[in-house]
Amino acid sequence: MRRGNIIKLVALVLLVAAAVALSIKPLTDPIKGIPLGLDLRGGVHLVLQAEQDKNGTPITRDDIDKAKAIISNRVNDLGVSEPIVQADYDKKRIIVDLAGVTDPDKAVDILKTTAKLTFRDPEGNIMLQGDDLKDAKGGQAQQAGQYVVNLTFSPDGGKKFAALTTKLVGQRLGVYLDDKLLTNPSVNTPILDGQAEITGYDTLEDAANHAVLMRSGSLPVSMSIAEKRQVGASLGVDSLNRSIQAGLYGLIFIFLFMLVFYRLPGIVADFSLVVYALIVLWIFWMFGVVLTLPGIAGFILSIGMAVDFNIIIYERVKEEIRVGKSLRAGVESGFSRAFVTVIDAHVTTLIAALTLYTFGSGSIKGFALTLGIGILASLFTTITFTRLVLRLTVGIKPKMNTTWFGVRRDV
Amino acid sequence: MEKHGHAATYDDVQKIHPLYFNIVKKRLWWYAISLLIIIPGVISLVMQGLNLGIDFKGGTMLDVNFNKAVTQAAITDTMKSVGLEGPVQLSDGNTTALIRTEALEEDKRAELMTALQTQVGEYDKTALKEDKVGPAIGQELARNAIYALIIAIGMMIIYITIRFEFVFAISGIIALVHDVLVVVGIFSLFQWEIDSAFVAAILTIIGYSINDTVIIFDRIRENQGKMRRADSYGDMVDKSIWQTMRRSINTSITVLIALLSLFILGGESTRMFSLAMLLGVFTGAYSSIFIASQVLLEVKTHMKKTPRKGGKGKAARA
Repeated sequence: MRRGNIIKLVALVLLVAAAVALSIKPLTDPIKGIPLGLDLRGGVHLVLQAEQDKNGTPITRDDIDKAKAIISNRVNDLGVSEPIVQADYDKKRIIVDLAGVTDPDKAVDILKTTAKLTFRDPEGNIMLQGDDLKDAKGGQAQQAGQYVVNLTFSPDGGKKFAALTTKLVGQRLGVYLDDKLLTNPSVNTPILDGQAEITGYDTLEDAANHAVLMRSGSLPVSMSIAEKRQVGASLGVDSLNRSIQAGLYGLIFIFLFMLVFYRLPGIVADFSLVVYALIVLWIFWMFGVVLTLPGIAGFILSIGMAVDFNIIIYERVKEEIRVGKSLRAGVESGFSRAFVTVIDAHVTTLIAALTLYTFGSGSIKGFALTLGIGILASLFTTITFTRLVLRLTVGIKPKMNTTWFGVRRDV
Repeated sequence: MEKHGHAATYDDVQKIHPLYFNIVKKRLWWYAISLLIIIPGVISLVMQGLNLGIDFKGGTMLDVNFNKAVTQAAITDTMKSVGLEGPVQLSDGNTTALIRTEALEEDKRAELMTALQTQVGEYDKTALKEDKVGPAIGQELARNAIYALIIAIGMMIIYITIRFEFVFAISGIIALVHDVLVVVGIFSLFQWEIDSAFVAAILTIIGYSINDTVIIFDRIRENQGKMRRADSYGDMVDKSIWQTMRRSINTSITVLIALLSLFILGGESTRMFSLAMLLGVFTGAYSSIFIASQVLLEVKTHMKKTPRKGGKGKAARA
């Protein structure tokens, strides 16, 4: 009996238990924890394709940049916590990810608007354009329960607006997005200082939405929705719960399987699996890997594969013991021999994950990433942690009965 | 490689496994079983092809949760009223409808949703799922999928050729093509829908199938080095297969456990993915034991008889 080994093992178990307990909160924190993808908390993924106009004017890099800036601007007004707006210059696309948006329909509505803002007189003549407007904001009116949009014009625009409102007192002014009438307030007095107010909104939200549309300006190119993936919030939560459940049950049954088939080393494998899961989750957290549904599938799959390493090694250890080696020598040579197999076997899966990551689209990339991280992490866990624990365990009592390793000497 | 005591003999290996039988000698049976599954699949692939989902064809797919049970006719009629058509599937006690139609512009979509709400019934907005893929993106996804498949297979051949021998690589790839044909064939036979997650499943199956095969090949490589002149290659292969039998079965079982829990509990979105993976991992385990090593044996014995020619003729049988 080596008392030292037992103490080390107990300390290790306690250490891992403490690490698990301390990890739960920071990892699952809704804000600072592992970020969840839009398929797990609801949201929209949009691919907007810039389209050439009828004259066939080429779309420049600058156009895409401008469009990206405007779309980012609109996205920020939606109040989504971490919106992602990316430009793909080669394919002339803008990719928007809005995870956790409460009303995806409205978000899409605001984003896709390619409209050009104009102010028109009752005859429909364009008097002012969007670029004359400096800012537009939703706000509360002096009268309670009423909301307004406050407009601020550029110096030049202010002058034009002054002339326009002087002419139109008592008439209605048309505010158009493309050819669609957004609102047509009546002009009460001439507005000379470039500060106007459109009244008559029932909610602050309505006013704010109109303000966004007015100030975000028009897109330099027209954009069509080439791809859209929309998931309702409650559906996302449901998917998250289901996949956590699937992961837990998978883990439990793998635990039991290893325990029944491999006994003592099975416990070591189960213990290593906990460490493995912890390492993977912390890697996700560290690199801000956004967890998606296919990502969780990849992770669950990698749990199954992580045990692989242990099985390959244990079976080899068993063989070494059967041909007459001592338990300790069996573990050592089993480890080094199985290691070659493990590497060869898992490099191929890693190749598959890498290819998927390179060629896959959005959600598939997530799957490839978690699978790849999983394989690397399980390799790391096995050669460091599992080996250490197995050595310590075998070291407790060199004459340990080999039935603990599932080997009967008499065979 | 370090020396070790006395290696297990073929007899030892046969005694350890209570269910031992000579796998190598029965290999024509394994080829027959595989062909029995693959041939109908391939015929179906040629005759009816695959049921491509919107990811590859382009289109809009709506998953709508109605507050009350609805009928298929009500939805189809509503779609017609706004000038649309497409298949509708009901589930969850006729409250959930999966609607497929052409790629909808936002205006058309809004028209359809309003029509559904007024003519069919109220639905839960927070449980709505929508996928729209424009035709151009669909083609792009399909093209990328094919590139990924070709590149992955190419890289596997290179890796195994470097680590083993070219013959091993070819045998491994034949087993892999076997696995892919089984899964794709079954999906074609039952006309299960294919989406981009299916491509991910196939690529993972490719990686995993080789992984399984490598475990046995690794042992064949090791035993091959220890072979004496009088030993038969077939016996050595049979011994290697049985020496690694536990490993092959148990490693697949843990992966199958993980996939099965995903299949049963993971929800609708990952169901087809886990189904494809389940089929693939199972077939992969089967083919590494019953196909890959046998093909390797065929090629090796063929090469011995006609040293100058390769072993393609017989290998193609699998």
